[in-house]
Amino acid sequence: MSASTSLLPPVALTPARARRRAWRNPVAWVPYALVLLGAVIMLVPFYFMFVFATHTNTEILSVPPPLWFGDAFLDNVRALVAERPHFWRSLGLSLWIAGAATVLNLFFCSLGGYGFSMYEFPGKNALFGGLMATMLLPAFVGMIPFVLLMKELDWLNTTRALIVPGACSAFGVFLMRQYIGSAVPRELVEAARMDGCGEFGIYWRVVVPLIGPAMGTLGLVTFIGAYNNFVGALLVMSDVDMFTAPLVLRSLQGTGQTPWGAISAGSAITVLPLLVLFVLYSRRLIEGLTAGAVKG
Amino acid sequence: MSTPFPPIRRTPTTRRRSALKPWHYMPYVFVAPFFILFLSFGLFPLLFSAYASFFRWELSSGLAGMKWEGWGNYAFVLQLDALPWKQFFTGAFWSELHGLDFWRALYNTFWLGFASGLPQHLIAIPLAYFIHMKFRRARNPAIAMYFLPYITNTVAITLVFSSLFSRDFGVINQVLTGLAHFDVAGVRPLAWLFPDQNIDWGRPEYTRPIVAFIIWWRFVGWNTVLYLSALQTIPKDLYEAATIDGAGLWQQFRYITLPMLRPMILFAVTLTIIGNLQLFEEPFILTGGSGGVGQVAETVAMQMYKVGLTDGDFGTASAVAWLMFMVIAALTWLNNRYLGKKD
Repeated sequence: MSASTSLLPPVALTPARARRRAWRNPVAWVPYALVLLGAVIMLVPFYFMFVFATHTNTEILSVPPPLWFGDAFLDNVRALVAERPHFWRSLGLSLWIAGAATVLNLFFCSLGGYGFSMYEFPGKNALFGGLMATMLLPAFVGMIPFVLLMKELDWLNTTRALIVPGACSAFGVFLMRQYIGSAVPRELVEAARMDGCGEFGIYWRVVVPLIGPAMGTLGLVTFIGAYNNFVGALLVMSDVDMFTAPLVLRSLQGTGQTPWGAISAGSAITVLPLLVLFVLYSRRLIEGLTAGAVKG
Repeated sequence: MSTPFPPIRRTPTTRRRSALKPWHYMPYVFVAPFFILFLSFGLFPLLFSAYASFFRWELSSGLAGMKWEGWGNYAFVLQLDALPWKQFFTGAFWSELHGLDFWRALYNTFWLGFASGLPQHLIAIPLAYFIHMKFRRARNPAIAMYFLPYITNTVAITLVFSSLFSRDFGVINQVLTGLAHFDVAGVRPLAWLFPDQNIDWGRPEYTRPIVAFIIWWRFVGWNTVLYLSALQTIPKDLYEAATIDGAGLWQQFRYITLPMLRPMILFAVTLTIIGNLQLFEEPFILTGGSGGVGQVAETVAMQMYKVGLTDGDFGTASAVAWLMFMVIAALTWLNNRYLGKKD
């Protein structure tokens, strides 16, 4: 803090020169090196997942293990399908569940967010506070009655059990309320009402076309969450024919000689849709999530 | 409360006579789906498990076979009578306590929650700060790399980790022993730091650290994104003023960033507490559902699953669930109290 006592700050360095001088100092590299090292730690498991997916079991179990891609990917897939004939069906089920959950969430959450942001009604603040509080409830506590409820409804071993209970998330309603409140002018809603548009018509014709970005973020979050849902599937799917992809992968574990090649290939195939989505839309996802959190 | 959109300005008399308009009741319809779903699939199971925790109730007996048990299930889970209270200040009490299923699972859960949760925040905060201050073009790729573990399938990636941690062919052992054997002209400068032999990661003392590492790995990026979002709201001129006053990067961090981040730290730590006390997936998959040798990585949530759905003892499992709920509520409250207090 010595500089704070002088009246004039040292201004001799232009920003560009200061930066160049800083780069000559090896100590200044240390934080960057650490960030890079961390990023490598984040990516290494993915790398080896794909490397192992392309090697036979013997190659994976050899010393040293393979560090570069091999050519046994199709053999691994064949081994996987031979071991678990319903793998592709399970992957399809996972995609279907995630897709259906996404569509329902987009509809119900944006509708709820519209209700909370564009109307005043008695009890609104209490209801919204209650909605936010549900995000803090530990879902695990109700696990056993949930399974019994599914049994009573005869929903065990159906995709409904994984789609319907999560069809409208509190986080989604919150995100949509924030976005609609800032992106949709109230005058537009009022004008539509004066022109004789019904309340649902306003939502469908005026609000929905304006909230594409938030729909994108929420769609990604929901799809990823539903696609990865392991605990839910573990609770309600006991029939092998209704296993989702995560359940199939887990069932491969600990079957005598663990088929690492097949597991890695299955893991790689399962993770691939998410990686594609993430590579295409990571900016949308991260910016959408941070924007939602900022306003909260 | 008046309606925000009166289509025509009315006098008080006409307003009193006006009928119920769509914009009075439609918002309830719009927000209803969430509440209907939450009440039926969220709140109802939660409350029912509180009710069930006071009954002896087994899978085989069905709803009709529920028998009132009072606090019996809680007593059975906590086993407070079995403890040698007179030896409270000796090791015997604590080893006895650790031998009881629930207490051991609670200890494991705290261990895992702390060992994975604390480093998450200790790394995420400076990382977010550094990315925020220093990264321009590389910002989004950097965040994306750290965020990637959060979006991937836990099962798939945990299985990959368990192969990386294998004793004989695992990549991690190869790297560690490789570093130990790294030699420059016959001298091994790193031998003291790295193991000479392959480490058997399957041994019980390594199970918890590995699980904690995987959880840390998954969530550090998520927390970084949370902190980045809060950093974006700190006005730039605060930093400019501090720079002119000669404050360095560290001083700016200490006196501007940390105080301004406080609400987000509270929020993120709350999420971590709630999430970490319900740990299930990572330890469940890594230990093949068993909790590992000596149940070293069996969490409370795993125990509840085992007692309730594998053994079919719903009453006891519900008591475990509500004990977990109370621990979560107490910690959330404490956290709110100490992190959330105003200076």
